[in-house]
Amino acid sequence: MTARFRRLVETDRPPVSLTIDGVGVTALLGDTLMVAMLTHGDALRTSEFAGSEPAAPEPSDGRRAGFCLMGACQDCWVWTASGARLRACSTPVQNGMTISTRQPEATWANIA
Amino acid sequence: MGEHRVIIVGAGPAGVRAAQAVVRAGLRPIVIDEAARAGGQIYRRPPENFKRDHDALYGTEAARARAIHEDFAALLPHIDYRPETLVWNVAEGHVWAAHEGETQPLPYDALIVCSGASDRVAPIKGWQAAGCYSLGGAQIALKAQGCAIGHRVIFLGSGPLLYLAAAQYVKAGAEVAAVLDTSPFWLRVKAAPKLAAMPGLLWQGVKLLRDLKRAGVPVLTGVTPIEIEGDPQTGVSGVTVRHKGAVKHFAGDAVAMGWHVKPEAQIADLARATFAFDEATRQWLPQTDADGRAGNALYLGGDGARVLGARSAEVTGELAAMAALADLGLTMDADRRRWLLAEKANYAKFAKGLAQAFPWPHELVAAIPDEAIVCRCEAVTAATLRASVNTAHAQEANRAKAFSRVGMGRCQGRYCGHASAEIIAAARSVSLEKTGRLRGQAPVKPIPVALKRNDL
Repeated sequence: MTARFRRLVETDRPPVSLTIDGVGVTALLGDTLMVAMLTHGDALRTSEFAGSEPAAPEPSDGRRAGFCLMGACQDCWVWTASGARLRACSTPVQNGMTISTRQPEATWANIA
Repeated sequence: MGEHRVIIVGAGPAGVRAAQAVVRAGLRPIVIDEAARAGGQIYRRPPENFKRDHDALYGTEAARARAIHEDFAALLPHIDYRPETLVWNVAEGHVWAAHEGETQPLPYDALIVCSGASDRVAPIKGWQAAGCYSLGGAQIALKAQGCAIGHRVIFLGSGPLLYLAAAQYVKAGAEVAAVLDTSPFWLRVKAAPKLAAMPGLLWQGVKLLRDLKRAGVPVLTGVTPIEIEGDPQTGVSGVTVRHKGAVKHFAGDAVAMGWHVKPEAQIADLARATFAFDEATRQWLPQTDADGRAGNALYLGGDGARVLGARSAEVTGELAAMAALADLGLTMDADRRRWLLAEKANYAKFAKGLAQAFPWPHELVAAIPDEAIVCRCEAVTAATLRASVNTAHAQEANRAKAFSRVGMGRCQGRYCGHASAEIIAAARSVSLEKTGRLRGQAPVKPIPVALKRNDL
C-alpha cells in the first residue's frame, strides 16, 4: 500500500513501534496515530455505510482517511485491542500500541 | 479569591486573553480546552519534541503566537487548567466536562465560551474519497506534524487560508498541483476598500499570491468545480473544474478544500444563546452585544461567536471577559474597553471585505448533482436530501435531517449543515433563512457510553 501522507520536516525523532491490524509499523515519537498510519498506508478504515448512488448502490462507500485533523469530524476513529475508540488525528502514538481499524464487536451503524 | 465561579471554554487566542483578564481581576477561572496544549488552531503547537521555532511555524504571526503561548504559561499558577477535556453539554447552570472516561458537572456564575471555528466546506461530487481533507486539516498536518496530506496536493475553495496553506506547502517542499478558487478575481478588487482596513494583512495576501506564482503553481480564480475524481479503494486521483468556459483537469492524490471557517457554536447553543440569520455570510450566528454578552451568564469571544480572525480573537476574548467581570460587579477599565471595541470594529470591516471577496459558493452548492454525496459521514446523496423535501415534504432543516440523516452522522452536521440548508432552500424555492437552523444537541461530540459521573 502506498503512503498517503508525506513527511516534509521534523523527521529527526526517535522511532516508536506499534501494531496496526496485526502488522508491525515504525512511527516517530510525537506522531499522531493518523500520521503513523497514513505514512504506511493510504487509508484509516472502510466506511460502514453503503454507497447510496440510486443506480448502483455499493456495499461500502469506500475507504476513509480522516478529514478535519482537529477532532471535529470524527472520520478517523480507530480502536484499541480492548475496544476503546480513539480519534487517530488527536491521539499520540505510544510504543507497543495495538490498533484495529475495525471496531472489535459492534459497528457504529448497528449501535446508532 | 474564588467567590465568583468563572469558566472559560477554549485556550486559543480568545480563551487565553479572556483568562488573562479574569486573573487580572483577582479571580481563578477554570480553563477547559480539548487540546493537549494551549494555542488553539492558528497558534496550534506541535508536540513538545518537535524542533521548528515560532518563526518557522507561524511566519508573519510568530510574535503573536509566542506572546499567546508565553502569556498562557505565565497564567498557569493562577488558573485551574484542564487540557484534553471536552465540554459536551451545558445545562441548568452547569458545564459538563469529560476527561479520561469521567465527567463532572461544573457550576458557574459566568461562562465565557471561546470555542473557535472549523472549516466551512462545500460538498463537491467525489469529496468523500480518501485524500480529501479540510483546508484547516491540511494546514494542521504541516504545522503540527510536519507532513503534507499527499504527494501532489490540489487546493480548492476560497478565502485567505486557501492561499496561505498552499504557500506554506510550497515553502515546506510539498508539491502543489494547483490552487483553484471559486471566487472570481474581480470580487477581490471590488472588496479592496474594506480589505484596506487591515493594510498589513492585505499586503500579506498579495505576497502569498506572488510566492505561489513564482513557484510555478497554477492559480485559477472563478472556477466551477465539477468533480473530485477518485476510487473508493485508493482515494483521490484528481480534480476537474470549469474555468473560463473550458474544462480543466488537475491530477493529484490529495485535495485540501475549504471556504473560510465558521463558528463552532454548539456550546453557545446549549447555553441558550439566541441565533440570528446573517445574510452577508448566509449562516445563523449566536447573538451578542458589542462586548460579547449573550445572556444567561453566557459570554462569547473569538471566532466561536463570529469569524473575525485570530488577531481579533484576542480582542473579543478580552472584551467578553471584561463584560463578564463587569456583570459580576467587578470594576472595568473603560478606556481599555473603548480601545478594544475600536479594534474589533476594524477587524469586522476587514471580515466584511473577506466575505465579499471570497464568498461562500451557495449557488454551486444548491446545484450539486443528485448523485453527489452531501453527508460524507453516512454517504447520503443530494438526491436523498432532495427527496426528503420533495417527497416527504420536510419544510425545514431539522425535519429534513430526521428524514434523510444528513446532519445526523459522526460530525453532527459540522461539515454538511450549511450545504444541506442551501439544498433544502433551493428545493423548496424559499430563502435560506426560511429553512431554519440545525439545533445543537448534547453531546456536542461523541462521548463514550461508559462515561463515569464524578461529582466534586
